[in-house]
Amino acid sequence: MSNPILSVKSLVKTYQMGEMTVHALRGVDLEVYPSEFVAISGPSGSGKSTLMNILGCLDVPTSGQYLLDGEAAQNLTRDDLSRLRNRKLGFVFQSFNLLSRTTALENVELPLLYRRDVSPSEIRDRAMACLAAVGLAERAGHYPNQLSGGQQQRVAIARSMVNDPVVILADEPTGNLDTRTSIEIMGLFQGLNTKGITVLLVTHEPDIAQFSGRQVIVRDGKIVRDIPTPNQLSAREELIKLPPPSVEELI
Amino acid sequence: MRPTALFMIALRSLSRNKLRSALTMLGIIIGVAAVIAMLAVGQGARAAVEKSIASLGSNVIIVSPGAPNQSGIRLEAGSNSHFSETDADAIRAQADQVLYVTPMVRTGGQLKFSGQNWRTNVYGVYPEYLLIRQWNVVSGSSFTVSDERGATKVCLVGKTVANNLFGEDADPVGRTLRIKNEPFRVAGLLESKGQNALGQDQDDIVIAPFSTILHKVLGGTYAQSFFASAVSGNAIPDASKQIEDILRRRMRIPDGAASDFTIRTQTDIAAAATSTSQTLTVLLASIAAISLLVGGIGIMNIMLVSVTERTREIGIRLAVGALGRDILLQFLVEALVISILGGLLGVLLGVGTSAFLASTQGWAVSVSPVSVFVAFGFSAATGIFFGWYPARKAAQLNPIDALRYE
Ligand SMILES: Nc1ncnc2c1ncn2[C@@H]1O[C@H](COP(=O)(O)OP(=O)(O)O)[C@@H](O)[C@H]1O
Ligand SMILES: [Mg+2]
Repeated sequence: MSNPILSVKSLVKTYQMGEMTVHALRGVDLEVYPSEFVAISGPSGSGKSTLMNILGCLDVPTSGQYLLDGEAAQNLTRDDLSRLRNRKLGFVFQSFNLLSRTTALENVELPLLYRRDVSPSEIRDRAMACLAAVGLAERAGHYPNQLSGGQQQRVAIARSMVNDPVVILADEPTGNLDTRTSIEIMGLFQGLNTKGITVLLVTHEPDIAQFSGRQVIVRDGKIVRDIPTPNQLSAREELIKLPPPSVEELI
Repeated sequence: MRPTALFMIALRSLSRNKLRSALTMLGIIIGVAAVIAMLAVGQGARAAVEKSIASLGSNVIIVSPGAPNQSGIRLEAGSNSHFSETDADAIRAQADQVLYVTPMVRTGGQLKFSGQNWRTNVYGVYPEYLLIRQWNVVSGSSFTVSDERGATKVCLVGKTVANNLFGEDADPVGRTLRIKNEPFRVAGLLESKGQNALGQDQDDIVIAPFSTILHKVLGGTYAQSFFASAVSGNAIPDASKQIEDILRRRMRIPDGAASDFTIRTQTDIAAAATSTSQTLTVLLASIAAISLLVGGIGIMNIMLVSVTERTREIGIRLAVGALGRDILLQFLVEALVISILGGLLGVLLGVGTSAFLASTQGWAVSVSPVSVFVAFGFSAATGIFFGWYPARKAAQLNPIDALRYE
């Protein structure tokens, strides 16, 4: 097998809340290989988000090692971490985290604006292509508040893929969405994954975890189970099985 | 991030809160306008003072009775010293740095001309007085040395006196007016000098031969003061020293004792007046600068609010790869847009206010290009100075804390 794209060892994260110390992660070891689709699940408060934020270089661990695509993330400066996130990572959040009063297209362009080596016309073309890939080409000029939750999350996915990342990290991306939309979103992730992008997904819904290829279960800041998904579901097939959307949903 | 993109983000974020941006800008607008207008008023005052000092004459030296007073307590003017006419002759003969000299007596006199009355100052001087003060006669002619010798009852009148006694624009030359009931023939009309630095009307004056006023009007024997002029601007200190030495000798003031007369030169008067008007300018400009400072604090306040409001936005930008520098610049550009736009509008308002003051108040107001650049540069600096802290605060946010911020 090739080298892991993400590798953490003895990862510990504690939060100091006045007198109390909260142990969010109590020694996590995890290796993720290129093109894997990993679902991290577990009860609320078990440390899933904390782990994702560290893997996404948004937060730093209290102790432990982290290698991302061969680079030791714990040795990097703030700005180097920013560059790393920009070039290698894509993020999708439960609350979409789009810039309001900024069009869908401009939201997708955002990661490319922080690169100096891409021309404005190329930025526009690439963002437009990504919007088209998530089926929102004709909504390019719409603002987030003019889009449904599912559409907003698709814009966020387009933004996460616009810079050709090696890993996409999604923390409860379907948490605010209905079943059909959730499955559509999982379809997008499966599509990206087949193109070779590693996908890390946090979810507390077992149904959603079924769309991944590997399931990591976290409990109390530790990994308690790590298995390949027994019967990985295909989002495309599941969508066909669903009853056709009602008239209200279509409108 | 490209400068154009930064600029667009700033404009967009400012237009999102139009009223707030406008109010913040107003602080800068008022500050800059105040600086420009106050400097203009101050410089206008200074120009007016310089002009009126120039109207005093050329290289003028004034000798008046009484010791130079520092404490402000002063004995009755001329209580001790007695200048005599021969002192002036001595100065003329002995002081080679002195070009002209004249003794002077002044009397407040009631003037009469066929039923018209006018109170004014009547000065008795040698004809040289007009040369010292560089004062021309615009109609008729000056009195002469022989008028002085013969104590002839002739006089020169200022424009104000002429207007009030003989009527607007009437030619007073050849008419006879009465000074304390003595008839004087008007020989000439003095060129108008306008107001002096103290706002006194310099055209409200009658000038007559020294001997005439001294003997025929006042009946006295002493000169009250001397007016002299130095041969050149550089000679003023030497000339005034020579005058002092001659007067001390003639008054038999022992070495080391203080003189009981005061010599003031045009340079002294100019320096005092200039420093007064400079103080005024500095005072006005500081008050204005404080208002610019308050405007700057307004920017800082609004930028801090803006950073807090947009914490989540900052988190998103950091997550997708913004560097600290990108965030810093984003907010700094926003502060700069406010302050530069405010500065530009402030310049317009300041120049407008100055023009308004000049036209309605009749103040001599002059806007100098330097003050415009200084005020504008200062407003831009204010933007950088007061925008820096909030922008820095934004740039140092932790990505995850910013993203989690509610
Ligand atoms: N910023 C924080 N400060 C203090 N405690 C925190 C913070 N973030 C998370 N925690 C604590 O760490 C634990 C793990 O949280 P989290 O990773 O968000 O769990 P999950 O995403 O699995 O629900 C929880 O007990 C939570 O209260
Ligand atoms: Mg969570």
